[in-house]
This record gives sequence, structure tokens and C-alpha cells, in this order.
Amino acid sequence: MTTDLISSLETIVGSRFVSGAAEERYLYSMDQGTMPPSEPDAVVLPATTDQVRQIVLLANERKVPVVPMGAGLVLSGLTRALRGGIIVDMKRMNRIIEVNPASRYAVVEGGASQGMLKAYLQKHHPELKHSMPDAPPVATVAGNVCIHGSGHLSVLGGSHSDMLTGMEVVLPSGEIVRTGSCGVSGQWFSRSPLPDLSGLFLGWAGTTGIITRLGIKLFPNYRHNDVLIFVAEDADLMPEMISRLTSVQAAEDMTPWMTPKPDWARGFLHINIAYGAHTKKELTFKRNLLQSSVREYIDRKIAGFLPLPPPQKGRFLKIPSPDLARFADLRRGGGFEYVGAIMAIEHFPKAYRAGLAIAEKHGVAYSLGARIIGAGHCMMFFFAYAFNRADPEDVKRASDALEATNTAALEIGGIPWKAELPAQKQIIEKMDPDTFGLMGRIRSVLDPNHIMNPGNWEK
Amino acid sequence: MQPIQYNPDLCIHCETVDCLMKCQYISFTGTEEAKTEKLKINGGEESRVLRECLTCYACQEYCPFDNNPFYLLVERQEALGILPAPRPVVEEQLRMMAPKGRITPQAVSGVVVDMCAFPMLTGCIRGKLFEGATTIVGTDIFCNIMWLHFAKNSTIRERVPRIIDNIMHFYLKDSNIRELICFHDECYGTYTSVADAYGIDVPFTPVHQFDYISGRLNELQDRIKPLNVKIAYQRPCSNRLVPHTDKALDEIFEKIGAERVPRTYDRETALCCGGVPRAHQRDELADELVEKNIDDMIRTGATYCVFNCPFCMATLAHEVAERGLMPILVSDLVQIALGE
Amino acid sequence: MEHEEILHRCFRCGYCKLPGNYVDINCPAYLAFGFETYAPAGRMWLLRAWLDQKIEAGQRFAEIMFSCTACGNCVEQCAFPEFRDRLLLAFTAGKEALLEAGIVPPEVRDYLTRIQTHGNAYGKPVKKSAEWALGLDIDPFSDQEYAFFVDDAGAFNPRGQEIARSVALLLKKAGISLGVLQDPLVTDGNDVKAMGETALFEDLAEKNIQVFQARNIRKIITLSPHSFNTLKNDYPAVGGQYQVFHYTQALAFAMKRLAFSAYLPEAVVAFHDPCYLGLHNADYGSARMVLQAVPGIRLTEMDRNRKNALCCGGGGGNFFTDILSGGEDTPARARIREAAAAGAQILAVACPLCAIMLEDAVKAENLDNTLRVQELSEIVTERIDFQAP
Repeated sequence: MTTDLISSLETIVGSRFVSGAAEERYLYSMDQGTMPPSEPDAVVLPATTDQVRQIVLLANERKVPVVPMGAGLVLSGLTRALRGGIIVDMKRMNRIIEVNPASRYAVVEGGASQGMLKAYLQKHHPELKHSMPDAPPVATVAGNVCIHGSGHLSVLGGSHSDMLTGMEVVLPSGEIVRTGSCGVSGQWFSRSPLPDLSGLFLGWAGTTGIITRLGIKLFPNYRHNDVLIFVAEDADLMPEMISRLTSVQAAEDMTPWMTPKPDWARGFLHINIAYGAHTKKELTFKRNLLQSSVREYIDRKIAGFLPLPPPQKGRFLKIPSPDLARFADLRRGGGFEYVGAIMAIEHFPKAYRAGLAIAEKHGVAYSLGARIIGAGHCMMFFFAYAFNRADPEDVKRASDALEATNTAALEIGGIPWKAELPAQKQIIEKMDPDTFGLMGRIRSVLDPNHIMNPGNWEK
Repeated sequence: MQPIQYNPDLCIHCETVDCLMKCQYISFTGTEEAKTEKLKINGGEESRVLRECLTCYACQEYCPFDNNPFYLLVERQEALGILPAPRPVVEEQLRMMAPKGRITPQAVSGVVVDMCAFPMLTGCIRGKLFEGATTIVGTDIFCNIMWLHFAKNSTIRERVPRIIDNIMHFYLKDSNIRELICFHDECYGTYTSVADAYGIDVPFTPVHQFDYISGRLNELQDRIKPLNVKIAYQRPCSNRLVPHTDKALDEIFEKIGAERVPRTYDRETALCCGGVPRAHQRDELADELVEKNIDDMIRTGATYCVFNCPFCMATLAHEVAERGLMPILVSDLVQIALGE
Repeated sequence: MEHEEILHRCFRCGYCKLPGNYVDINCPAYLAFGFETYAPAGRMWLLRAWLDQKIEAGQRFAEIMFSCTACGNCVEQCAFPEFRDRLLLAFTAGKEALLEAGIVPPEVRDYLTRIQTHGNAYGKPVKKSAEWALGLDIDPFSDQEYAFFVDDAGAFNPRGQEIARSVALLLKKAGISLGVLQDPLVTDGNDVKAMGETALFEDLAEKNIQVFQARNIRKIITLSPHSFNTLKNDYPAVGGQYQVFHYTQALAFAMKRLAFSAYLPEAVVAFHDPCYLGLHNADYGSARMVLQAVPGIRLTEMDRNRKNALCCGGGGGNFFTDILSGGEDTPARARIREAAAAGAQILAVACPLCAIMLEDAVKAENLDNTLRVQELSEIVTERIDFQAP
């Protein structure tokens, strides 16, 4: 069966780009997080939308599961082949198809990486940029949009799925659909005014189709950029502080962070505020707006901006920052995982305290933080735990802390983001049954043979 | 712990009140008002000066009686809980700069240069100028004078004896060395002026970098290739504590053929670089100071903007360079003149 | 296995796949094959799994390990400063462990056997190692300042021999005092070492060192950056301490002694940094200095240059084993496309292996009408005014 499947896949993409070997089955069975491995039967690397379509048709014919994968950096195990089948690694489809500077959008293939898009824009359209997530630069644009990611322009433009302007998707049945304006006009400027079908593929963990192209919004790239670090000591004041800082609408990105290491940072609550401008004068104006928004706290001496001489700002302005990946080496063991919970901003103090309590109870190395999404519309609050993958007990501690965090996040009123399998089940428990029922009916329509990443979003 | 050394009678009888009247950042209607405020400070009462002070140290230099007006002002700020900067901002920096106890005994030889908490600058200690020198650096020997900017005399009193002990115990004592070259005005100011005013014993002889370099240039006279350049000097706040060393700097510049151009903001009228006001959350004032300083330098037609304070340099270098002047440390400028 | 303690610390974040400016994939094997397994992080995790007996090593495992070109991009780009310097050492140790276990791709086995038997990758008698210089107006080494060391490609590959002759004559023309060793020399051993055959490497190095010592050699100019790297960095540990220069380094300082023709058409040239001159030895300047000293040459840069340069795919023995060949995304073909996109008319190379790899690739890409791969000494020589005094 597997040999036959592989030779059929070879017919589609060529023998070089199909593997059923133990090496690929092993490595693609897991990601960097704590979810247990689950092996695919084959890994395939398509180069065109048509090859993706043929793979899906083949899988339908054979009733073999298909798991789409970008860079596989989700950390919550969403690209594991829970019921075997074919992992479709999209990274050969990495072209930047089009940039429209007038309407500020880019169209990229489903496997294009964040880094490549950034480099492309820097070279060909230095006046434009896209919102980079904190993931390493090999992360794909499509993967991040699909999981409702957020990034360095999220205060300005919301979550990355809000920045989506349209998609080309290979449906589980093999049809190729185009959502948004590109489906009608050939241009990729907007999801409106049509019935918004893009939502059928956002947040579904690859259970509804394979994205082969997508359009995303671009934003002005400023010549002058700066970062402020606001520091406070009272978590209860954070929602109001965030509200004030976002109210002046000067920031592109706002990321609170709370960490026990380095020692000087323990117990303090920081907010990194990134902003940019075309001129120095405009930059100063924006800085003054941000500072004046929280002047009351400064005058009361209970919070303020850390003095950062220009040479020290560079590391905070580096996008993406390798510092984030380095958190994985905190326990000298190449692992970290986190619960990012999308939640209302007023829950910041509760989330913070829950994070501290869980870290203490489970004895895990932690880092807490958030990314503000929109002009203070919600946040992705993260609880990150580093672990040593060579130490099963340490992995277990991190895994237990994660489970406790998912529970706590849901209790607070948040929703775990890009939820791993157990967290998906916890979310479903809390979900309105009719809503979950609708999800099932939609999947049955789109994917009658139930081949797309089965096991996810199921009771 | 000893109180700040000062004589209240000198202030009572002072006619000029230079400490406040010469202040570049706080205005007074006249000596009478200034005197009133100064006596309030001396008496431990609230004064607007305690809140408006930029902490530029200049009053230490202005006082004709060396009566430690600035140290006393900081003492009063702390006693009255008047914080120039928000608490968490100060608290984090206190932790960052705390002695970490990571110091280990190290044999030192030649001249020993105290690089304070600036490990990134140890590369400056090179060539003939510093031949055979040993550098010591790190938060365990950080001079801690910066807390004068943050109403934290208590930290100075707590940490300075400890770091002096570290310097002796881990470096100088066993190597039988008695002299310590201070790269930065702040360290020299700590081990001379501050130690004196706060009653802290210093068992080694601090030597200011300027005195060392000036002496060394006499020995290396044959190697000097006069630079024949105009330089604008950015005098740092901590030099106000040891104003006599400014003369040695003039000698250095003369020896290497650098003309220290007259500036509106140099010597006694030097203007703060703007770094500390940012920590005090006074960015708009800091912007103004940066602009005034650089405009002033540009007006002089200087080629280099010379710093001795690494913090002033970090604050201003980028903008100085953008406006066409070359930022450089004193020691690096000297190295150029020595062809190194 | 040596360095096994770092294997599990790799997070698979993927910085190692890219250059510092992220323009495209920069790990040669990952570029060619696309599977995560062929990326540096894949190797780290697979080696760990093999040591933990979670996976058995077979031919594909060996192919994955030996497809590494040892270019050093992963070392340069890895996000983890505490162990990044040991990545290539770990891969070499992994290859050594596979060799010990007898799990080796046939191409690698044949390559190493040829070297073991004959002392070079071409299976030629070592006594012919100086035949490339027959009839050339270069003296045998006696008391000149420098000995000229030529790798196996320069000694035995017809195109490599052309390059060796061109370089030797140019160095002489530039007034550098050098002689060609007539003694039987074996391969430098650089790639053998990268493949994990440490004992064989030491044997090769000792043989060459014996020759160098017998001739009282102090200073060596190498044709190949691979030789430069190993003679400079590895031979001292085997007892051979010399002042070693790559020919571009010697040439860079001698360029002013050359006179150039005045009326040559302008050419846009991009320089392809060889890994063992650039990434491994941080010399990004010498070759560019040489090119900039030639009138009529206008230097352009590819998106991936200097620390971000893409390997031609020939490193780590892959020039001989050819594991990466066969697709459109071989590093050499990708490099050719990049040079063309940069508007280069000439892609300058300073390594015989790069030259041969990229000359083949320019044909495969059908770009040989618009883009010429040319070895650096040939570019310079073409423009010299030989009539000048």
C-alpha cells in the first residue's frame, strides 16, 4: 500500500521529492513542542498548485489522510500525521508572485517564508513591509495567517488573518477556489465585499484545505524606527496602561513581557512599544504622544520608560529576533512550548498571576508576555516554558504546565491559540454545541472523505 | 554612616549663592530667592529645587567653598522621598548594576586601568599609550556614582566600600599595586570627591586617565604626529566633581595638536548630554539639550566631537555623526596622534 | 560520538537554512532536496535519534549526512552562540561514526578508497602530481620564497590543470617568487577530514609534511581554498606549521606590479566567495581587491555574498561524490541564476572546484551565452598588457 502510494506520488512530483523513508517519517512525526510523535506514511514536496491538487485527488481516491505543513514551527504539534498518511511540505512553493505598491498587498505562494518576503520587499520595495511574526524567518506566511498569528504590525493592523486579502485554496475534494477579490477581479486587494469564504480556512488547523497562494496587506516601511520600554510594577494597572498607550494610535507593535531572567527583570512588567516615522520630527512627535498618554503614572513615579541609549536599541529593533529562539536553550535542551491565549485585555492581571502560579507549582523555566492585537482590541497572552528534551521528566513538567495553563486560560475567559490536540478538546468542551455542530457540517461538505488532517478539531 | 561633609554656616553667609544662581536649568528671581531655597534644602525642607534638579553635578563645581551642595541635595531628595525618576526604572537599574559577586582574584601588573562597568571599551587600552597595562572591569567594581542622579546616596554608601574592597582584595593587594588609573571621570570622582565627602576610606591612589595620558605623552613625545585638528569637547557631569583634571586634558590636547575650540557649552558652562534627563522621563528637555550641544559644536567648525564619558558618547554619538562630526573618545584621539 | 551532547540542544528554528539576509535557502543540501532531514537541524535530530536507537541508519541516513558540503553557513547563522561553533564538528563526528559502522554511500566509499589507494581522488599515480606544470615556464621549487601547492583537481582534472597553470603564470608575472614542487604530493586532505576520515587525513597530511620538511619549506601559496584551509588550520596539529596563503591573498598585494591593456571592454563581474576562503577563514577582501585593481572590471554583488554566500555544492567531498546533483535546485544552478539576476556578465571564481561546478551549471541553465564563469587569474591575465615593460 505504502509503496504503491509513494510511486503514485512520485508520478506527480518526481521521485526526488517524495519520501517514505524512516528518516523523513521520524523527523516529520513531531515538532519542537511536547506533543508525542505520530508518523506519516510519506512526505511529499509539491512545486505547483496542480501538483497539490493531484496529491489531494490521490489521497481521496485512496482515503489517505493529508496533512499540510509550512515550516512546521507551530510547536503545538498541528502538523503531525495523527492518523498517518501524507504530509504535504509546502516549502518548495516559495515564490513571491506579486507586489502591488499602490494598493499595498503582496501575493505569495503557500510555502513562501516570512524571511524571503521581508528580503524581497527590502530589495524591490523598500518603502513597504509586512507584519513579521516573532517566529524564526523560515516560518511561512501562509502557516502564520492560517493559525491567526500576530506580529510586529499587529497594533496597527490586527492579527495576521485580519491582514489577509484573499487565498487560492485546494479543497479536500481537489477543486481550486479563490477567496476575496482575486476570485472575481484577478487582483488581490480585499476580502470584501463578497461573502467571506476565507474564514473557512483560518484557524481550522489544516482540516479544510491547502493554501497554495495568498494575498496579504503591506504597510509603510519607515526610515526612522524606535522602541520604548515601559516598565511598571503593578499588574493590576496594566490593562489601563495598555489602553492609554494604544489610545494615541502611534505604535506599530506593543509587547508586554515578564520574565524571571535576567535577575533584574524579575517581578517587573515591561511593555516594548515599537513605532516608526518618515521623519525624525514625526518620530519625536509620536514618542511624545506615547509618553504623554501615561504621564500620570510617570508623575506618580509608579511606572516609566527605561532609558536606552541608541546603541542598546538595536537588539529590540531586530525583526525577527533570534533571542526568542534562544529561549529554547534556557534549560540547555533545545525545547520550549507555550500557550498563547487570545483574550480580552482586562484579564491581563489574572493571566499574569496564573502564569506565575503555574510556573512555581510545576517548577518550570518560564517567560510570560503578550502581544497587543489591534488598537487595544485583544491580546495574545503567552505562557512559555523551556524544557530539556533530553530529560523526560523536564519534558513532562513542561507538558503538565501547558495543560494547566490551557485550563487556566479557558477559565479566565481566554482561548488557547493554535491549540494542540488536548487543548482543542478543552475548547470544544466550552464551545456552544451548535457552533461545533456547524464546524462538523462544514467539514463534511468540504471534505466528504475526511482526509484533511484528521484528528484535529474532533471530540 | 557619616553624614555629607558640609558647613551650613558657609551657606548662611554666602552672598553669591553660585550653586543655584549659576544653574543652567533652574531660574531664580535673584540671589534672595536662591538663598531661601538653598537654606530650605540645608534645613531638610521641601524645595522646588529638589524636584526640578537635572542632577548635572555642576553646583559642586560652582560652589566657591567646596561645600558639597550637590551631594547634600541628593541626600535631601532621598530623605524626602523625592525621586527624580520612577521607582521601577530606578529599581531595575539598581539591580542591573549591582555587584554580582562574580569576581575572582586576578594578578595584575603594569598600570592597572579601571574600566568601570564598560567591558565593551577594554579594547581602548592598547598600543604604546597603555603598554603593559591590565584592565579591570565589571559590575563588581562599578563605581556606583550614577546613583547621584537617582536620589540614592544610600546605595552609594552601601556599595562603594564594597567595590573598593573588591578592587583591593581581588586585584591590587596581592599584586602589590597601589595606583589605579581611572578611565572614567566617574570612578576618579568616586574615589576622590565622593569618598571624601561621604567619609569612605580609599586604600589605593586613584589616578585620573588625563593625568596618566598627559604623563605618557611626555614619554612618547617622539612618536606624536600633531593632528592639527579642531575638536569640540563634551565635558561630562562627573568632571564637575574633579574640575582640576580639566587642565590635564588641555595639556593632552596641546601635546597632540588638537585645538579645543571655545564652545558656548564647555568648561564651567558645559551642558548635559541629555542622557540623564531621559531616565528622568524628561525627553523633550533631553532633545533640546542634544540639539543645543550639537548646534554649538557645529558652529565651532570642529572636526571631532571628543568624549571622555562613555555614557555621553552613547547618548550623542549617533546624532553627532549624522550631523557630520566624528565622535571619538579622548584616548582614541590620542592613539591616532601616536599613529596607532 | 564526539559533540553528541549538543545534538539535543538544537531547536530546529531554521536560521541555519538561510543566509543572514533571508533572501533564499542557503544550506546547499536542503536547497537541493527540500526535506527537513537534509537541513542542519534535521541532521542534528537524526543523529540524536540514531544514538538513542530510535532510528536505524541506512543508506538514506548516510546520504543525508554526507550530502553536507561543510560550507559553514549553519555555523554562521545558527541562533545559539553557545554551540554554533560545534555544528560542523558534530556533523563530521557523525560521518566518522557512520564510517566506523560501515554505513557509507557508495560514492563516498569509492572516493575514500581511491584516496587511500592512490593518494588522490582521481586514482592517478602521485608521481604525476606535478605533470600539470610540464612545459610551463615556472621553475621547480628550490630556494624561492613560496612553494605552490596544487590540490588534486589542479593536478589531475584537465580544467583544474588549466587553472593551476594560469594561476602559477600570473603569480610569476606579478613578481612573486615561487616554485612548483616536483615531489609526489598527495591530496591536501581537507575534504577527507570533513568526511570524518580523520586517520586517513592525518596520514595524508603527514605525507605532505614530509615533503615540505625535506624541502625546508616555510611559505606556501595554495591554488585551492580547500588546501589553504587545511594547511593553515589543520596541518599544525599534525606537525606542519607554515605561513599559508591562498593565491588571491598573495596576488592582492602584487597587483600594482601588473600593467593592463587600456582598451578592453567593460565587464560586470560578480565574485562567488569560496567557502574555505570566506566562511571558514573570513577573507572576503583579497579576491575583490584583485578584481578592483583591474581596469574595466565593474564589480557587482549577488544577493548572497561574503558571509551570506551560497556554496557551489562541491564542498565536503561532494565535488567528487556528486550526491547533490540531479535537480534544478542544485546549489550550483541556483548560484548561476543568482549571478544572472545580479546582472553579471562574468561570475568570477577563485577555487578550481567552484569553477568546474559552476561551469557545468551555467550550461545546464542554458545561460552560457550571456554569463561566463571565469576563474579569477584568467580574468586578470586576459587584461594584462604583455607588451608593457
